[in-house]
Amino acid sequence: MASYARAYADKTNQDVIAVGFLLENPEILYEYGVNKVLNVTNEKLKDFNAFAYSQVIKEAADKENSDLILISSSNDSIYAGPIIAQYLDAGYVSNVISLPEESDHFVVKRKVFTSKGIAYTAVLTDKKLLRISKNSFGITEKKVDGQTEEFNPPVDLSVYEEYKVVKVEKVTGKVPLTDADIIVSAGRGLKGPENWGMIEELAEVLGAATACSKPVADLGWRPHQEHVGQTGKQVAPNLYIAVGISGAIQHLAGVNGSKYMVVINNDPEAPFFKAADYGIVGDAFEVVPKLIEKLKAYKANH
Amino acid sequence: MKILLLMSSVPDTTSKINFTEGDTKFDENGIQWVINPHDEFALTKAMQLKEKHGGELVVLNVGTSKTEPVIRKVLAIGADRAVRIDVEPTDSYFTAVQIADYINKHPGFDLIMAGKESIDYNGGMVHGMVAEMTNNKFINAVIGFEVKEGDKVEVSREIEGGKEVIETTLPLVIGGQKGLVKEEELRIPNMRGIMMARKKPLEVLPAVEAPVRTKIEKFEKPPVKGSIKMIDKDNLDELIDLLHNEAKVI
Repeated sequence: MASYARAYADKTNQDVIAVGFLLENPEILYEYGVNKVLNVTNEKLKDFNAFAYSQVIKEAADKENSDLILISSSNDSIYAGPIIAQYLDAGYVSNVISLPEESDHFVVKRKVFTSKGIAYTAVLTDKKLLRISKNSFGITEKKVDGQTEEFNPPVDLSVYEEYKVVKVEKVTGKVPLTDADIIVSAGRGLKGPENWGMIEELAEVLGAATACSKPVADLGWRPHQEHVGQTGKQVAPNLYIAVGISGAIQHLAGVNGSKYMVVINNDPEAPFFKAADYGIVGDAFEVVPKLIEKLKAYKANH
Repeated sequence: MKILLLMSSVPDTTSKINFTEGDTKFDENGIQWVINPHDEFALTKAMQLKEKHGGELVVLNVGTSKTEPVIRKVLAIGADRAVRIDVEPTDSYFTAVQIADYINKHPGFDLIMAGKESIDYNGGMVHGMVAEMTNNKFINAVIGFEVKEGDKVEVSREIEGGKEVIETTLPLVIGGQKGLVKEEELRIPNMRGIMMARKKPLEVLPAVEAPVRTKIEKFEKPPVKGSIKMIDKDNLDELIDLLHNEAKVI
């Protein structure tokens, strides 16, 4: 996000301003080209509330007279996006994958049809809100002299009462699927939930998250939170390793944003081989343990 | 409970995506239209709520007459009546204005449900904008919804790596997704439903004037992936080498 903002700011000769909530090390953002950090220090805004956070972002955009506002594609940002757009009367584009085109008006590329198409989308309003697609824009270090300001605009805190969070359940100690750089995913080819040990081990060696196909979640072999695909989670890691997944179109719709895909399947006709970058035809029970050993050796030397 | 379901008619997941008219339009040739999958979870939840608490379920679609078969399907599954606002929904803001205009002219909905996004343009914003325009509360990525007493509800929302449970009150707009109901609870129309759907009212309303805030100028297909490199199962060092030196992901 900061890198996207920096690249655009350099083209248009502007500053990059970041808004953060109770950041402990705002200075780190200077490394990525942020000129100014507006750090909200009001403890009452510690937890996300889409309406409270959207108010802050509106206040920040007004104060700095920003005409381009960028948000990420986290669950929280997706929630707040349309609210911010309405607060700012901004044209809003989601799933943006490019800097604005060289053009006499403002046009960005965005993913449509679940990554099966790209739409050049013009934004016609003065203020523009873009939600940047996950993993679509590389991170570039570019150190600038930055400064941090405490930023505590008036916010109507009654929204925390209107939407009272009574419980938070988080899987701890695991890489969240939608944040993972590497995902190891497995399907029905594994024959049963008792065989997931090697998938978890492969994931551990790679520092990866684990995922699964829809049938596996429907059969109850793995929790539903692990289901990636059209109706499951949409993921876009750098590396997606699919073990024993045939590659039905509904599955590919959830993973085709991945940078690289490896498929391991004993059926050379599996449709996944048409979508992946690297393929191995072989029995998962033979290939995966060998791959774990090789990767352990590799990791020991790197 | 009076429920409004915002429903999109979208190309089936297995559709081939092509563009036409100099890559300025989506090619609808041979497309099979379906209820947006995320809306289907909302629809099933709406049916369950109606069965438990009574009330009415109205389905609203912004679209031209070509969406009517899919609207009829929603009626066959169990919505009581339908409203179609007769215009091509080309921009999310424009679409939200149409829906908000209907809601503001027909107050009294306790719950306004939609899918978290449509699988065609993947905007994920219309329902949130509608909430703002109609002064309703809004929760997105909803994976659980339970009515407590009176207008109190308990709503689970997906967050990174887990979920949070929120207590709030109706009226409310929610963006639903898988988890709101179980996959096996999803409903398909039966013959009686299909027969009844023919007699259910489908009101067609003209669009209201509204500006667009974004405009698609042209489409393209994503770059074609280079052909797959096959690696022998007995030569896994090659895979590791490719992942390290070519893909640079490990």
